[in-house]
Amino acid sequence: MLTVAIDWIASHPSEFLRALGQHLLMSGISLGLGLAIALPLAVLILNRTSLAFGVINTVNALRTLPSLAILAVMMPLLGIGLMPSIVALTVLAVPPILLNAYVGLRDVDPDALEAAIGMGMSRRQVLWKVRIPLAAPSMFAGARTAAVQVLAGATLAPFIGGGGLGDFVVTGIGIMDMSRLLVGAVPIAILALGTEFTLGQLQRVLFSERTAS
Amino acid sequence: MIRIENVSKTFDNAKAASVDDLSLTIGEGSTVALIGPSGCGKTTTMRMINRLIDPTSGKIFVNDQDVTQADPVQLRRHIGYVIQSVGLFPHLTIGENIAAVPRLLGWSKSKLDSRVDEMLDLVGLDPAEMLKRYPRQLSGGQRQRIGVARALAADPPVLLMDEPFGAIDPIARERLQNEFKAILRRVRKTVVFVTHDLDEAIRLGDRVAIMRSGKIVQHDSPEQILSHPADEFVASFVGVDRAIKRLSLFTVRDVMTSDASEASNADLVHPDVTLKDALAIMIGRGTEALIVGEDDRATGRLTREALLSV
Repeated sequence: MLTVAIDWIASHPSEFLRALGQHLLMSGISLGLGLAIALPLAVLILNRTSLAFGVINTVNALRTLPSLAILAVMMPLLGIGLMPSIVALTVLAVPPILLNAYVGLRDVDPDALEAAIGMGMSRRQVLWKVRIPLAAPSMFAGARTAAVQVLAGATLAPFIGGGGLGDFVVTGIGIMDMSRLLVGAVPIAILALGTEFTLGQLQRVLFSERTAS
Repeated sequence: MIRIENVSKTFDNAKAASVDDLSLTIGEGSTVALIGPSGCGKTTTMRMINRLIDPTSGKIFVNDQDVTQADPVQLRRHIGYVIQSVGLFPHLTIGENIAAVPRLLGWSKSKLDSRVDEMLDLVGLDPAEMLKRYPRQLSGGQRQRIGVARALAADPPVLLMDEPFGAIDPIARERLQNEFKAILRRVRKTVVFVTHDLDEAIRLGDRVAIMRSGKIVQHDSPEQILSHPADEFVASFVGVDRAIKRLSLFTVRDVMTSDASEASNADLVHPDVTLKDALAIMIGRGTEALIVGEDDRATGRLTREALLSV
């Protein structure tokens, strides 16, 4: 079955690559938008306890919605196509980034903060020179979780006409062709696992000085 | 010089004042220890000097500048600050940590580099070995030295220290305190430090201010505090062994006689040994007198009578 799937990819390279490209484009843009929304939002709610409470709870509520439901909600609002899929995937990407970034920024080593303020850093300097660098590992962890969720979540995009590798899965189910389903499913699994692993390694390399003993 | 004038601080939701109409003058280049039971207001007093806390009333002058009128950020860049937990920045190298304040002040790269080396030398660490390391890779004692180096890097005239050696094990602590004292002899700073350790206060402080309920109950030299406690509270705070503690303020050199005639060269006691330790040696050896000397040469004699008469 797997060999049939590989043969299919070999004989339809352009179709496969177009779907792969669409999948990556959609995921990449959504992740980028997710970061662009969630990171500033985390900073914004940092010292505003009641606002933070509201935002975190809203985001947590969003998190409990199944990906398919988010996609479904987008359809009446934005119609079908790539655009609503990107919006839906962005909604999926924001919670893990926001929560991790917020907790990371909030729980920065209080001694480092005390020292930074005591030595004469302004609020802005404390944020950029101490809080953000110290929260970077947890921001990165949030982005990593979001990346995997978005890559996997994008599989559902075909339901609202977003395209991507999920097309093969949907088609495969539609025509009851297991090998066609695998043409989509296996690359998606590899992408998600590969991203998780690669970003995990990158995280270790980037922030190694904090943990070296 | 630091001048604290009639300063009070009452925190929101607090019934009593944490610091109550406190006045204290700390002379240029001298070190004062603020000490007292927890909740006595010693840390609050210190933190008002660099405006980490704003006083409810009163004025504080640092080198004739009224800090309550100063921009807190600019003010703090000219006041060194050391805390018990050090608070090094874990994402920066040791070199970058030490350079933090000079960098805020916009020093040039070359001036920064030479200053960092100079600071590491000052606290007895090897620049070649330390510069590129990260705080996690250092021992507690090394980190505390870096904390002192960082506080002194921009050469501030005033240094504030919040229980600077509290988190260090007792043996390393005493060595670090002595090193710090030696550093202060080289760089003249006006130092205010908060401690709950009386031994630390009398070892490092030129003067000791004992606080209780937001007020200073006695501000005196360590010698006076130990020999003439102002009241019952101070007497009980410094403890029944204060007479013995007081002996640690003197060395054998202060009371020895230069009569070394009957000397055998065995078991010489160094003239820099404190009288407290000398007394302990006498008790240990069950003797009335010690032969004093250095480098295997006897230079004098210390009798128990002389020791106890200081």
